[in-house]
Amino acid sequence: MSLESLYTDIILDHYRSPRQFGELEEVDLSVEGNNPLCGDELKLFLQFDGETVEKARWQGQGCAISQASTSMMADMLEGKTVEELREVALQFRSMMQDELDEEEIEELGDLQAIQGVVKFPIRIKCAVLPWNTLQEALLNRHKDVENLTYEEEMEEDEVPDQIPGQI
Amino acid sequence: MTAFWQKMTEDFPVLGQEPHGERLVYLDSAATSLTPEPVIEAVNSFYRSYNANVHRGIHALSERATREYEGARKNIAQFLGVERSSISFTKSTTESINFVARSWAEEHFSSGDEILLTEMEHHSNIVPWQLLKDRVGVTLKYVSIHDDGTLDRSELMDKLSPKTRLLALTHVSNVLGTVNPIEQIVTQVKEKNTDLRVLVDGAQAVPHMEVDLEELGVDFYAFSGHKMLGPTGVGGLYVAPDIVDQVPPFLGGGEMIKQVQKQSSTWKKPPYKFEAGTPNIAQAIGLGAAVDYYRDLGMDTVREREENLVDQAYTRLKEMEGVEVYGPEERSGVISFTMNQLHPHDIATVVDQQGVAIRAGHHCTQPLMERLGVSATARASLSIYNREEDIDELVSALKKAKQLFSREPVTSEG
Repeated sequence: MSLESLYTDIILDHYRSPRQFGELEEVDLSVEGNNPLCGDELKLFLQFDGETVEKARWQGQGCAISQASTSMMADMLEGKTVEELREVALQFRSMMQDELDEEEIEELGDLQAIQGVVKFPIRIKCAVLPWNTLQEALLNRHKDVENLTYEEEMEEDEVPDQIPGQI
Repeated sequence: MTAFWQKMTEDFPVLGQEPHGERLVYLDSAATSLTPEPVIEAVNSFYRSYNANVHRGIHALSERATREYEGARKNIAQFLGVERSSISFTKSTTESINFVARSWAEEHFSSGDEILLTEMEHHSNIVPWQLLKDRVGVTLKYVSIHDDGTLDRSELMDKLSPKTRLLALTHVSNVLGTVNPIEQIVTQVKEKNTDLRVLVDGAQAVPHMEVDLEELGVDFYAFSGHKMLGPTGVGGLYVAPDIVDQVPPFLGGGEMIKQVQKQSSTWKKPPYKFEAGTPNIAQAIGLGAAVDYYRDLGMDTVREREENLVDQAYTRLKEMEGVEVYGPEERSGVISFTMNQLHPHDIATVVDQQGVAIRAGHHCTQPLMERLGVSATARASLSIYNREEDIDELVSALKKAKQLFSREPVTSEG
């Protein structure tokens, strides 16, 4: 489990130069996501044209994994329909659960760089935070909810099926 | 290998673990300390040799269990410079503080009464008072820290008002390493405000220095077994003799009663009054063994070794470029720090791969994090089973982390 497989060049690049970072003048939907367990936070700003995401920006702070993952996600939001995004989110989740084969992973493009996180189970929450946050936004899109927030909680899947690693 | 290190390796079997194939460098004792063989043995011994319930038992095993359990209590009390009857066993520091908030404070405080806390408190010494505020309407005030992490003593005195009923503060900060001069503070505040009571969170103090509760002059003092080489699940609460009569029971049930009738009961005397139900017998006995272990080493030796190490660690971390260390130079063996370009979570992951165990996060001190202007820090904390080589490993792992994160990445081409 080398660190280079977790902190890949692509991840470091997104961490240092986050894509789509900033604010939007006109915002149709904004949602906050945070992982209070380790202090990652992000805010997503979306503008829609019908079912398509026209503009997307984000701001946030946190660990390299969460910030890079958000940057990668934000990089692919514009121009996609809600339906397409749901697909990608599902694929991403499957990748995090180690359920995809080589081909399917490649189809995720840049996102495949996060695959290394699977070997560091404690950090998976950091990688999926932006996607769970996005999901929260898409689900509540048509309800007029103020201060949409997704917050990571301790869940049953905190208990691993098998003991990871040697210890 | 020095004789002392040899002893540590033998006494702490978990040091033989090799996470990710590297020697375990355990720098997370502030979260929980390792447990020495004699303590493990004491706990097992209970279950193997004299497993029985305590108090009121007439048979041989129960008699022995009671002797060992009460013997542990006496041992711990002596270790802290007080009488046996002033030490109650609880689950933890957190439970001890909740106990005081729910029993004594709730009984005697009302709307308008003030409780003085500090910015550096652990959540366990904040939340119980917030819960009290919700129930009874007390006012919570906070004393700030200076930029160097020491308590603002003059602000403390300023914020002390005739309405302040309780000062609740930590002996040693689990983030900054700050050691608050409790004896001086208690003398000072009680001089100004004669009815004021003082509760101290001693979780990070007792494992690392000699603590004489009578000298300190506190009214309540809480500590945790698992932070002082003892088992998990046991802690203690000291209640000063001159206040103990004012303290009602917390939990009710067996063991703490004298007589029970249908509509009312009478209580035993402290400490039993504060221990309902079957106690953590094995764990309390284990904690007694931990105290013996400390006695054998001598708290002076313990303090000296740790001071030496933390001095080294503090100096070396401060020297590192891009590293910010929080808290004063004079400190207990806890060092929290942040690094440029590296989130604490990432730092912890990288050093973990080298076998180095540190903690990253808010360390249950969110108000303090806010005061420091960070959302999280990395924290290395020392104990007697650490040595210079451990600091070497930490520094080298941190250097590796810096390297990893500062390398020039290739721009993604898809």
